[in-house]
Amino acid sequence: MPEKRVNYHWNWGIFFQTSPDGVHTYLETLLMGTGWTLLTALGAWALALVLGTLVGVARTTPYFWLARLGDAYVELFRDIPLLVQMFLWYFVLPELLPVELGDWLKQLPDASFYTAVVALGFYTSARVSEQVRAGISSLARGQRFAALALGLTLPQAYLYVLLPMAYRIILPPLTSEFLNVIKNSAVALTIGLMELTARARAMQELSFQVFEAFTAATIIYLVINIAVTFGMRWVERRSAVPGLIGATPQLATH
Amino acid sequence: MFADFDFDVIVRSLPYLFYDGMTFTLMLTALATTGGIVFGTILALMRLSSFGPISLPAAGYVNLMRSVPLVLMIFWFYFLVPYIGQWVTGASRPIQVGAFVSSLVTFTLFEAAYFCEIMRAGIQSIPHGQVAAAQALGMTYAQTMGYIVLPQAFRNMLPVLLTQTIILFQDTSLVYVLSITDFLGAASKVAQRDGRLVEMYLFAALVYFVMSFAASLLVRRLQSRIAIIR
Repeated sequence: MPEKRVNYHWNWGIFFQTSPDGVHTYLETLLMGTGWTLLTALGAWALALVLGTLVGVARTTPYFWLARLGDAYVELFRDIPLLVQMFLWYFVLPELLPVELGDWLKQLPDASFYTAVVALGFYTSARVSEQVRAGISSLARGQRFAALALGLTLPQAYLYVLLPMAYRIILPPLTSEFLNVIKNSAVALTIGLMELTARARAMQELSFQVFEAFTAATIIYLVINIAVTFGMRWVERRSAVPGLIGATPQLATH
Repeated sequence: MFADFDFDVIVRSLPYLFYDGMTFTLMLTALATTGGIVFGTILALMRLSSFGPISLPAAGYVNLMRSVPLVLMIFWFYFLVPYIGQWVTGASRPIQVGAFVSSLVTFTLFEAAYFCEIMRAGIQSIPHGQVAAAQALGMTYAQTMGYIVLPQAFRNMLPVLLTQTIILFQDTSLVYVLSITDFLGAASKVAQRDGRLVEMYLFAALVYFVMSFAASLLVRRLQSRIAIIR
């Protein structure tokens, strides 16, 4: 008897079939997931920029203990896997809080979304603070001295002189950190956030069209990546500091 | 708060956590790092080629891998590896592979893209005179790379390669999405069986922290030692 080859049955029309929720097509569920991915990434990015700037500044101040505290913050959030951090925020934190507060947290609608934003925001802030610190340290000492000599207070020196320069210098590595936030938001599927990867996974489970689902998700991630890269390149060109080659600190991350 | 913190559940599950879980995690980290560096170096050499049909596929592969989440790639390979096995061996149906082989293939192929970029930077950091000197001595391309360029590039990039290995070690926790018993998977299974999520996840975080922190301190020491020699 001739051996029968078991092959994969492609069906690209699957995207336009209605998913088991009865309302949306599979394509629409993927696009809804894309929305959550972007929303989570933007929320976490905003949090990471604020916290990362504060910690990065703290690490460059002349106050010894404040700088060491900033170092400890970075080590804490860098040496624990993101997935474990998500679990700590989602499963452990509500148990350690007073009972009423913990119960309120657990019953919050979209709790996995808020948890993902906070967890991803803190995780990314450690990386952003590394860039902010590198950016501030790359400035000539004279900038700080000149600002202080003009009578600016230390906060004013950071706000009006050091940070505006530092941001312009570290824009390229910040772009790749932003791309990382978008990719890392997929980890939130472990706490039940229905973002893009989770939607592709659900589509695979419900329709058995594994490769169509993952191909679509891959293409959407690629498009987001290319869009962000080109958008930021334009911003980088507009904000480049005249006279610098553009050499910036780079970290190998993903 | 910590009044009913159950240390005993941690002590009882220690053999399971470390013998079953951590062994898997460390094996996966070690093998995927080795494979990733080998494949990554090949990709880096391809990317640096001036011949388009060699450099473009490598560049495309690296950019693709670096654009998508690792979680998505874990799912991709989990379903793809059986078909690759079928294609390679010419079997009549997709080959069933175990959880370990599937994750090993995933992490090797995914991390190779990141190791490639590190090795590419390392190769590009070697002064061009070194290549010119090797060629003047009559060395072939393979000899130039194997004896002159790659050993130096590897040494220059050692701290970065090790830092990437620490990242890989943390990333292996993501095999959780396939319900594999790595260190986090083991902790998670005990947590759910005994209803002790707080204890197990805090302990898992502590172990990851201590190991990653110790490793990064070692890398920093190594870095300063290399810096003195040069």
